[in-house]
Amino acid sequence: MKEYVMGNGAIALGALKAGVNIACGYPGTPSSEIIESLAKHPHEGLHLEWSVNEKAALEVAAAAAYSGARALVTMKQVGLNVASDPLMSLAYVGVEGGMVIVSADDPGPISSQTEQDTRRFADFARIPVFDPASPEEAFEMIQDAFDYSEKYKTPVIFRPTTRVDHGYASVEASDAYVPKAYDGFTKDAGRFVIFPRLSYKNHGLMEERNVRIGEDFSSYKFNTVEGAASEKAVLAGGISYMYAKEFLKDHPEVKLIRVATAYPLPESFLLKALEGVSEVLCIEELSPYLEEQLLKLAGKHHLPVTVLGKLTSHVPAMGENSADSVAAILRNYLNLPADAETNDASDLPELPMRPPVLCAGCPHRASFYAVKKAMAGEKTYYCGDIGCYTLGNSMPLDMVDTCLCMGAGVTMAQGFSHIDGEGKAFAFIGDSTFFASGITGVVNAVFNEADITICILDNSTTAMTGHQPHPGTGINLMGHDAGKISITRILEGIGLQKVVTVDPLDLEKAIATVKECAAIKGVKAIIFKSPCIAIEKSKKKCTITESCINCKKCIRETGCPALTLADGKVVIDTLLCTGCGLCKQVCPVKAIGGDEG
Amino acid sequence: MNKDILICGVGGQGTVLASGIIAASALAEGHIVHSAETIGMAQRGGPVTSHVRIGADAYSPLIPFGKADLILGFEPSEVVRNLRYLSKDGLAIVNTAAVKPVTASLSGSGYDGTEMTEYLSKHTRCILTDGDKECEKLGSAKFLNILLLGIAAGSGVLGLQKDTLVSVIEKRVPAKFLEANMQAFLNGFTIGQTKGE
Repeated sequence: MKEYVMGNGAIALGALKAGVNIACGYPGTPSSEIIESLAKHPHEGLHLEWSVNEKAALEVAAAAAYSGARALVTMKQVGLNVASDPLMSLAYVGVEGGMVIVSADDPGPISSQTEQDTRRFADFARIPVFDPASPEEAFEMIQDAFDYSEKYKTPVIFRPTTRVDHGYASVEASDAYVPKAYDGFTKDAGRFVIFPRLSYKNHGLMEERNVRIGEDFSSYKFNTVEGAASEKAVLAGGISYMYAKEFLKDHPEVKLIRVATAYPLPESFLLKALEGVSEVLCIEELSPYLEEQLLKLAGKHHLPVTVLGKLTSHVPAMGENSADSVAAILRNYLNLPADAETNDASDLPELPMRPPVLCAGCPHRASFYAVKKAMAGEKTYYCGDIGCYTLGNSMPLDMVDTCLCMGAGVTMAQGFSHIDGEGKAFAFIGDSTFFASGITGVVNAVFNEADITICILDNSTTAMTGHQPHPGTGINLMGHDAGKISITRILEGIGLQKVVTVDPLDLEKAIATVKECAAIKGVKAIIFKSPCIAIEKSKKKCTITESCINCKKCIRETGCPALTLADGKVVIDTLLCTGCGLCKQVCPVKAIGGDEG
Repeated sequence: MNKDILICGVGGQGTVLASGIIAASALAEGHIVHSAETIGMAQRGGPVTSHVRIGADAYSPLIPFGKADLILGFEPSEVVRNLRYLSKDGLAIVNTAAVKPVTASLSGSGYDGTEMTEYLSKHTRCILTDGDKECEKLGSAKFLNILLLGIAAGSGVLGLQKDTLVSVIEKRVPAKFLEANMQAFLNGFTIGQTKGE
């Protein structure tokens, strides 16, 4: 039967059809729904987990793949940086059962720190990479990825991008999935214990094998040539192939070459596809990977072909491609007139900006506000981290001075404390990020005698990526209650000067707690504990009473989206308000009431 | 049938449910469907769009500029922001009630959507409806998405049967809100029929 699913759902269904035995991942947009989709199909012989981070996920899966099982690992592109240590070594050791690492790229970037390109990581690690262009393809291609992995006993990377992950299409689903039958682990120290001698030997074998895989890929069904034999050709990969295909359906006189396996490059396929071609335009997102490979190929074989793309400014170096940007690029390349069908957009009225903000009632707003008030007038360093609370940077809170990568807030605050003994350094980190990569940073702080205050913004979920459970929430993906791991007890075990928990919505107490902790030398932690408003739905509402003097302090200080102006007067949007009561505590004339449930 | 429908609004307005219902209805009538959603950081109060593409001619999930048969707009400035997607003879269904961004409240800018609505009525074929007022009749702004869907259905632009949409809505909305949602759909349907002429 056909099921209409998100691309990430299609990847999950494909993996199930391929008999996946174990799937591990760490949430990250745009990859998160793969594991969530798998969780809708629990069955005997399938272990599922949200791992504590991507490195853990990859290592758990690697042991399963050593045992002959089929293993799936999912993450976003920056997650692959975290998993790169085991990945690089695993490439040398190889696997017994099929192992597919899904690393979802985010051109734009829409929800990421970088516009890095996973295809380069595959090349760097010397392992194959598959590049699906649609949810339907992703469903088929992930099954092929498992087969190739098993055939060549190497982990492979599967690289969808946002529009494939979050596009919807119909794919074949089943009621019953049969996990692969596997033999189990056979001890073989010469194979599974990485030593310099083994690495030397396997490095040679990998390079020799990759030539064979490139040949194998030359007949892979998703590496295709369409259109007529033309001197001017187009080469595309990923979703850009679909954009090009959609435009070129009205121009069948143009040759369209599609490369679905960027590494190892299908050389024979490309040499044949480029016969008679004098100019080729490469359309791809993120890095000019295919373009550079083509330049190498042309150099190696002395091909009389001009290669155009990002390196020649025919395609933008950064950002996401779209149906329109690709159409414009192709019109320019093929000397076609501009499309007259588009609405004239020259005299549009000025549009309001809508930067993403913390939700109305978000407890993070109250936590940031408490620290801001407590530290008013002091020299401070506010080190942020990755999660919803990165939005604490926006006005009027303006409480994030740095944001680098997962877990960096805790460690960067230490750097500031060592370099400037005067300033007060704060780290803000969410509960899920704390478990993912915050703990080792806290250990570092205590051991190296930093003077910092760590603010754990504990909303009991992984909110930004869609509310996944984590070790602090107890229930795991197998549906078992593993017991909540206590952040307080972890911090106490590490030996901090002070560990205190406070409700951020109790503003007075929260401010007093921050002042008290900031005054103590050493490593202190404040756990601001209050659930995400999307998890614990509140029926409470705040109301503005007649004593409002319209000073707008509530709007200016909190920036809560539920507070707006109507005819110059402050009003509360009752649909958004959760009755958190922060504005009530900020109001100088006590004109805000309500919050009865 | 080939239809390209762009749904736009502000994160939290319920655009995803509307696109899901349109896609499921088209599938139920045997069409090939592709769609795409905004997910991630932008969901938090930022502009969001859903692209729904019905028919075999669509390869990519994103509608090219100038090809949308319908813009289903949950907020007037978001319709203007996405106007380039609308085809020359396409229809814009617009909720005229503005969602004011925090930045506008902070700066005290007077954005209230009026300018957007005026621009739209001058430059496009559109059905304008004050969603706030219509939702007041229904008792909650939660029904805006189904109301707008009803307008689209009533105008005939979706090319989908009313019965199909109704049966999908029955499956998709929580039982305790079904009655109110049905009323929202029917109210919208009448608006669409009347103004879509």
